[in-house]
Amino acid sequence: MVQMRRTLPWLGASFFLLLFFFYPLIRILGMGLDWSGLKDGWNQVARLAGMTLWFTFYQAILSTLLTLIAGLPGAYLFAHYDFRGKKLFKSLTAVPFMLPTVVVAAGFNALLGPQGWVNGILMNLFHLDHAPILFMNTLGAILLAHVFYNITIVFRLVGNAWMRLDPQHGQAARMMGAKPWEVYWKVSLPLLRPAIMAAALLVFLFDFTSFGVILLLGGPQFSTLEVEIFIQSVQMLNLPLAALLSIIQILFTLAFSVFYSRVVAKVEVVNKPSSNPMRKVNTWRARLMVAILLILLGSLIILPMVSLPLRSIVRFDPAMGERTLQTASLTLDHYKELFINRNGSLFYVAPIEAVRNSLRYAVLTVLISLVFGFPVASALARPGRLERSLDPFLMLPLGASAVTLGLGYIVSFNQPPLNLLTSPWLVPLAHSTIAMPFVIRSLQPALAAIPDNYREAAAVLGAPPLRAWFAVNWPLVGRATLAAGTFAFTVSLGEFGATSILARPENPTLPLAIYRFLSQPGALNYGQAMAMASLLMLVATVAIMLIERMRLPGSGSF
Amino acid sequence: MLYVVDLHKSYEGAELLNGVSISVRESEIICLLGASGSGKSTLLRIIAGLEMPDSGQVLWDGKDLGSTPTHLRNFGLMFQDYALFPFLNVAENVAFGLKMQNLPKTEINLQVDAILKQVNLQGYETRKVTELSGGEQQRVALGRVLAPRPRLLMFDEPLGALDRSLREDLLAELRRVLRKSRVPVIYVTHDQEEAFALADRILLLHDGVICREGSPEELWRDPGSGWAARFLGMGNILSGQTLDEGRVKTSSGTFRTGDCQHSHKAGERVDVLIRPEVESGPLDGENHLEGLVKDVNFSKNGYRVTLQSDLYFILPEAPRVGERLSINLPEWSVQCLG
Repeated sequence: MVQMRRTLPWLGASFFLLLFFFYPLIRILGMGLDWSGLKDGWNQVARLAGMTLWFTFYQAILSTLLTLIAGLPGAYLFAHYDFRGKKLFKSLTAVPFMLPTVVVAAGFNALLGPQGWVNGILMNLFHLDHAPILFMNTLGAILLAHVFYNITIVFRLVGNAWMRLDPQHGQAARMMGAKPWEVYWKVSLPLLRPAIMAAALLVFLFDFTSFGVILLLGGPQFSTLEVEIFIQSVQMLNLPLAALLSIIQILFTLAFSVFYSRVVAKVEVVNKPSSNPMRKVNTWRARLMVAILLILLGSLIILPMVSLPLRSIVRFDPAMGERTLQTASLTLDHYKELFINRNGSLFYVAPIEAVRNSLRYAVLTVLISLVFGFPVASALARPGRLERSLDPFLMLPLGASAVTLGLGYIVSFNQPPLNLLTSPWLVPLAHSTIAMPFVIRSLQPALAAIPDNYREAAAVLGAPPLRAWFAVNWPLVGRATLAAGTFAFTVSLGEFGATSILARPENPTLPLAIYRFLSQPGALNYGQAMAMASLLMLVATVAIMLIERMRLPGSGSF
Repeated sequence: MLYVVDLHKSYEGAELLNGVSISVRESEIICLLGASGSGKSTLLRIIAGLEMPDSGQVLWDGKDLGSTPTHLRNFGLMFQDYALFPFLNVAENVAFGLKMQNLPKTEINLQVDAILKQVNLQGYETRKVTELSGGEQQRVALGRVLAPRPRLLMFDEPLGALDRSLREDLLAELRRVLRKSRVPVIYVTHDQEEAFALADRILLLHDGVICREGSPEELWRDPGSGWAARFLGMGNILSGQTLDEGRVKTSSGTFRTGDCQHSHKAGERVDVLIRPEVESGPLDGENHLEGLVKDVNFSKNGYRVTLQSDLYFILPEAPRVGERLSINLPEWSVQCLG
C-alpha cells in the first residue's frame, strides 16, 4: 500500500518523459548509429562534423570568457554595494535570461542591424547611403547576444557567492600584510573559484547548445552543432547525418552537465551563509565606479530591449528629393499589418494567426506540464530513496538540445499508432517536455516548505483530507503553481529550436513568424517582425517579472 | 608602545565606545573583558585598522596610525572562528603572511617549520584545514598569526568555539606560547576565568568605557563597582547605605566592613558585595546572618547554598533544605563598592 502511494505520482510523469523525451532520443541514437543511411562519404561527414564541432567550441569558449569579463564587475557591484534602484536593476537583469531568442535577435537587429537605430542615426548624421556598421551575420553579433543572454548567470551565481564570503578571510589577509589588490587576487578569487567555475560551465553549456542566436544573428556562414542539425534535417533532409550530429551533441552536453553538477556540489560546501554589511555609495570613487558599471550594464541590457519596441512604431523613409537623408516618423502601420492577410505574403494566413497559435500552444503546455509535473513535485518535496534516485533524470531535458528533441519527434511519431506529425498536440508536447524541469523546480520548494503539521492540525480540527489540503496547502501552493504555470507559458511562447522543426508551415508560432519576416528583405517585413517581437517581449517580460515576484526566496536555482 | 586615546564609535546612532583609552606595554598581556555586545571586538578592529573610529587616536610609539592602512600596521589578529583559508593547506596558511613580506622561499619554509613545531603541528603541513578538528584549526590560526612576527598580537575570543576541556588545554598552551613570544598581547574575551588565567592586566569594558583596570589580584580584591563584581561572579550584590564606624546597612541586615569608612562618607548609597566563601557555625561576633535554606546544589568548591533571601554561600558541608542556618561574615567578606 505504501509502495503504491510512493510510486503512483511517478507513473504519469515517468510515462510522459519515457514516451516524449527518452524514446525520441533513443530513436535518434539508433538512427545515428546506423551508418548505412549516410548519403555522403566518411571523409565528408568527418570534415563537416569536425568543422562544426570546432566552431561550436570556439564561439562557446569565447562567449563564456566575454560573459565572465563583463559579468564579474557587476557581480562585485551587486554583492557589495547598496544603491538606489538596485532591486529594480537586479530584477531587470533576470529578464534577458528568459527572453525568447527571436526577441533578443530582433532587439539587436533593431539596435545595430542595417535598418536599426545606430546605423539610421549615423547615416543621417554623415549623409551615408550605406549602413556604416556591419553587425548582422558577424561573430561579434553572436558573442554580444550570448553575453546579453547569460550575464545574469554570472551576476547571480558569483554575486551570491561573493555576498556570502566570510569578510574575515579578507581581513585576516590584510592583517598579515596583504595589499587590497592582493586580497582580491589571493583570497577572494580562490574562495570564489567554485562559484566562478559553476557559472562559467553553465554559461558554456548554454552557449554550446545555442541555436536561435546563431541562426538569426550569425547568418549562413556560422553553424554550431545545433544549427547544423537543424540545417541537415530541415533544409537538406539528411536525417541520418542530423542524427549522427545529435549524438555528438548529446555526448558533449551530458559530459558538461555531469561536470557542472559536481562543481555545484562544491559551491554549496565552501560557502557558509553569513551576511556581509552592504556598503553605501558615498565616496566619489565608489560613485564613479557604480555609475560607469551601471551605464555599461544598462546599455548592454536595456538598449536592445528599448530599441525593439521603439523601432516597431517608427518608419524610416527616404526624404523627398534626397538620396541619402532619411526621415523618421511615428506609425502604427506595422501593428495594423498584423491583421491583414496580404497576397504574396509568406503566410496563407494573417500574422495574427501566429499569435493565436502561440497562445493556444502555450495554454496546452501549461496544462500538460502542470498535470504531469505536480504529482512529481509533491513527491520530491518529501523525498525518499526513490525520489532521490529519480530526481536527476527529471532534470535531463534541461541539458538536452531542443533541436535534437524536435528531430527525435519527427523520426519517432511519424507512423501509427503514434502519428502525431499533423496533430495540434505535437508542439505543446515538445514544449511541455522542455518546460517540465522548470515547472517541477518551481513547485518543489513551495511544496517542501509546507510543514506536515499544518495539514495534521487541520485534520485534528475536523477537516477531511481533501478539504484540509485545499484549506491549508492551497494558499501556499497557489502562488508557486501560478509561477510554475507562468514559467511553462513563457517557455512555450519563446521556444524556437524544437518548434522550428516541428511546426507546420501553415501553422507557425510567433517566434517562427518573426524569424521568417526577419529573413525577408523590405521595410514592411522588417517592421512587422519588430512589431511581433515587441508583443512577444512585452508578454515575456511581464511573465518573467511575475515569476520573480512569485517564487520563494532562494529557490529556482538550476 | 600602544596607546589608544579617547576612542568614540557609534553604530546607527547608538554609542558603542564612549571615550575608551588603553595602553599596552612591552611584552604585556592585557585582557579586555566585557559582556557580549559591549564593543570589545569593535575596539580590536579599530586598533587593527579594519574600522575607523568616529574620533580618537591609535598611537604606536607615539606615531598616529590613523592614516596607516591595515596591511602596513604589522599587527596580528586571530579571529574567533579563525578565518583559515580553506583553499590553502596548513603550511600554506601559515606561510601566507611571510609571502606577503616577499621573503625568499627557503626562508619561508624554515620559518613555517619552526612555527609548526612551536604550535605542535609537525607533520600536518599538507593537511587540508577543513579536515582538522577545532583544536587543530585553532593551532593553525595561532601559527598563522605568529608567523609574520607582528609587533602586536590581538585575539578575539579565540577559544569561544571550543568545548570546555579543550579550552583549558589550549589556554595553557596559549599562555606558554605568548609568554615566550614576548610580543604585547590584547586578548578579548567575555570569560572571566580565561582572563584571570592569562592576563598581566585586565580591563573591564562597560557602557562604552573602561570602568576598571588592574592586575587579576587587584580586581579580585576590589572589583570597583557592583556591575563588575556581578559580571566577575564574585558573590552577592546588595544595595545599601553606609553608616558611621565602617558599618553598612542592607536589606539583609547591618554589617561591619573592612574598609568602607576609608572610601565612603557616612550616609552614602553603595553596592555591597558579600563574598560567598565563608563558614557556617556558632555565631561569634557582630557580623552574622541567619536564614532558611532554600536550595542546595553541588559545585566545584563545596556546596552552593541559597537562602530564602536569595543570598548564596559556598559551604564545605551540605545542609538540608528548610534548615535554619547561621552564617558568620568576617569583615573581609563584606565590601562597599563604588
